[in-house]
Amino acid sequence: MTNKFSDSFEKKLEDTTKLGLEVVRESAEENLMTLSVGPQHPGSGHFRFIIKVDGDYIVYCDPDPGYVHRGEEKMCEYRNFIQNIPHLERPVIHDSTHITYSYSLAVEELLGIDVPRRGQFIRAIASELNRQVYTLYWLAIYGIFLGHSTMFMWPAGDRELFIDLLAALTGARVTHAFNIPGGVRNDIPDGFKEKCLQYISYFEKRLKEYEDIFYNNPLFRQRTENVGILSKENAIKLGVTGSVLRASGIPHDVRKVEPYDVYDEMDFKVQYMKTCDSFARAYVPFLDMRESCHIIRQLLDKMPESGEVRVKLQSNPKGRIGEAYKRVESGRGALSYYIVSDGSSRPYRVKISVGSFRNILALPHLLVGSHLGDMPSIYWALNYWPVEADR
Amino acid sequence: MTSPNNIDDKNSKIKTYESDLPIENSLYNELSSKFQDKVQLLYVKPNRIKVYVESKNIVEVASFLKNELGLDHAESVCGTDYPNENAIEVIYHLSSYSREEIAPIIFALSTKTDRNSSYSPSLLPLFKSVEYHERETYEMLGVYFQGHPRNERFLLPEDWADIPPLRKDFRIKGR
Repeated sequence: MTNKFSDSFEKKLEDTTKLGLEVVRESAEENLMTLSVGPQHPGSGHFRFIIKVDGDYIVYCDPDPGYVHRGEEKMCEYRNFIQNIPHLERPVIHDSTHITYSYSLAVEELLGIDVPRRGQFIRAIASELNRQVYTLYWLAIYGIFLGHSTMFMWPAGDRELFIDLLAALTGARVTHAFNIPGGVRNDIPDGFKEKCLQYISYFEKRLKEYEDIFYNNPLFRQRTENVGILSKENAIKLGVTGSVLRASGIPHDVRKVEPYDVYDEMDFKVQYMKTCDSFARAYVPFLDMRESCHIIRQLLDKMPESGEVRVKLQSNPKGRIGEAYKRVESGRGALSYYIVSDGSSRPYRVKISVGSFRNILALPHLLVGSHLGDMPSIYWALNYWPVEADR
Repeated sequence: MTSPNNIDDKNSKIKTYESDLPIENSLYNELSSKFQDKVQLLYVKPNRIKVYVESKNIVEVASFLKNELGLDHAESVCGTDYPNENAIEVIYHLSSYSREEIAPIIFALSTKTDRNSSYSPSLLPLFKSVEYHERETYEMLGVYFQGHPRNERFLLPEDWADIPPLRKDFRIKGR
């Protein structure tokens, strides 16, 4: 009996070592194996989850985030409303416009200021460009972990277009510190509109190619279709957000549900799917990119030709006593800030509620009962960014 | 959508009540007609409501919010430390996916607990979505959620041996 067990265990050990996973030997009575995926595993990001497998099936999963916890919320209490901006964008540098967007909206409510109309448009343009940058980065990672190296090269290359545009607009490639309470830091440079339209036209053609080579690839479809089903009821129960929610058949997008700045003037559709599987979760961000191109064209078209881009603030502005809760739709779903002000120039309490943190709740739900081989396609389709979840 | 037109004056408090908000006020009226003085309104702003309940009543009120008003998930759970009042406020930001007309609304349900023995009933049996948020609040503010199966470390290191870091008496070194 003992020999029989240890034989099968040795085989499992060999198989799992090939996958690059750490193996912990369980007690002999229990025919399960505990695997610690991450935080150094290249397929997990800065994140660990502990799984138990019975043969090829995952029977237990416990996420263990916190490896990149920076204490952003505590740091906010020590700096004034403006000084907080550069460190707040560290959790998600690929989408730094969005993480400062809802912060700015909340601080504007506390300070009682309105953003000039041209400033609102420039904010929205920067946000939509940043959404493309983030989604392309995510798509590149998703491609490489499913063994599709073309889908790593292409988005990583096309991402440079948008990074160039953002560098021209904000002066920095990834961490822009562009949104500030009261507007944006600077006006758009000369010739930006023409360059932007040119890139968007090129990118829309590329999206067609992405669809042909990746999303219509039979191998990719086999690995993602009917894998990791998250039903509509469970999606609501777990409170997931963003593309994970929209892939489960709920057309919820903060830009549409609770439009901020100029989004109520934009004409766009909320992209969603009803198949509830990993394929839908991978396809919805792609559809969002297409919709985002459409929004950028409208923004460039409707933007006022001239005007102020920000309100001039006093050097150390004091918030009014009260609290604000503001949210925006980031690349990973709703991103909200809850800020309490006690009337001083520093926030009394800042709470950042991010899509990634809300979406990991779905990970144990989806992994338990599925094959170990489906783990990468399920995990990365959650659009999870560990650094943002840890804050 | 931009201007929070709820300003009394510069450098004063944010206005806490607006009467011309039909959906927000009707939600609150439904709640207050059921619970009368058990719930206390803190503010009604466009798309935002905040009520205070005592912690012994929070489960009852939350189950009414979920089953009768259709607030089906929590966007965030957080706590704020008030050393002067010797209290920690725990706030649940609830919202709805299933009722489209109230989807823009964030309903903040707030309760307070004593700072020295901070216990609060867990809402996990009602809202699955609060599971990790409550664990985070437990380790960051030291609020023990009664009924939550895992009041354990989540984001902090396993060997964390200091007071909960989001309490006001925890100081960052060098600041």
